[in-house]
Amino acid sequence: MNARAKLLIPVAVFSVMLGLLFFGLNPERDLNYVPSALVNRPLPVFALPDLFDENGTISSSELTGGIFLVNVWGTWCPPCHQEHPYLVEISENEPQYTWIGVNYKDDLEDARDFLDERGNPFAKTVVDTDGSLGIDFGVTAAPETFVVDSTGTIRYRHVGPINHEIWAEIFEPILAQIR
Amino acid sequence: MKLSLAYKLLLLWLMASACSAAIEDHEFASPEQAQRYQQFTNELRCPQCLNASVAGSDAPIAADLRQEVYEQMQAGRTDEEIMAFMKERYGDFISYRPPLNSATWFLWFGPAALLLVGFFVLRRMLRSMRSFNTEAGLSAEEQQKLQRLTGNNGDTGA
Repeated sequence: MNARAKLLIPVAVFSVMLGLLFFGLNPERDLNYVPSALVNRPLPVFALPDLFDENGTISSSELTGGIFLVNVWGTWCPPCHQEHPYLVEISENEPQYTWIGVNYKDDLEDARDFLDERGNPFAKTVVDTDGSLGIDFGVTAAPETFVVDSTGTIRYRHVGPINHEIWAEIFEPILAQIR
Repeated sequence: MKLSLAYKLLLLWLMASACSAAIEDHEFASPEQAQRYQQFTNELRCPQCLNASVAGSDAPIAADLRQEVYEQMQAGRTDEEIMAFMKERYGDFISYRPPLNSATWFLWFGPAALLLVGFFVLRRMLRSMRSFNTEAGLSAEEQQKLQRLTGNNGDTGA
């Protein structure tokens, strides 16, 4: 190695460090991003009460033969209120997808009133009062939305509220891919 | 007046210290079990809040995970089983001890590799310094002169 090439070594090392520094300082980077362990894995197995049917249960085996969007929400969660009108609109405009609600750690009376008043985008709503299904889904905080394909495999996990932009830019490409 | 201010400050301090810790009333059969629970939840990373353990976080999900760990421990599951349960749901992120795999090898071996590189660089630098001092730096005549001046005969001391 000649002397000139040797001089490039510290420059290269410094460039790498600089790259790492900019990566670390990037304001766009979401520090709370947690890669989901459930993507490309089967839907968790569950059999839990139906919000609108006291005696009925909804089981994970019912989520087959189509594309499902599983939305974890609660009336106590402000971003869930924020995304709700979008969910109602999307479920009306795109009936090819079935929305399943997971009412997460909520007061059931409040939850029923909320859906009656503001519209119900969900074909069915599963009750998860103690948050155990939330743990099975690897939920960190509501709202979260999971895309489940026709084989019952989770294909995408979205953390945070949905709006038109997020739907068009993130969900539509994924849904087009798995259709 | 002064007393009441001091009293208020004390009260404020007590309130502040009460808020900072996550408190639950879990009952354990033995102090060993309580310690095992404490240690395990200290090594679980809270998935919602940055840089807090499940033991130390007030986030609702952390409380749920503490409850889950407690119940599984009461049911007699081992630490390995509970950790596998957590990783299945939250990925390796949940553990403060990263596993060794293709994504983490640099994390594990990077510092040792850098230390090794540093050692080789240092050795080369020392070698070239030494050869500069003894051989390239002074001619034989100059070397003799130096020895005469310093009163040192024989050993060059390098």
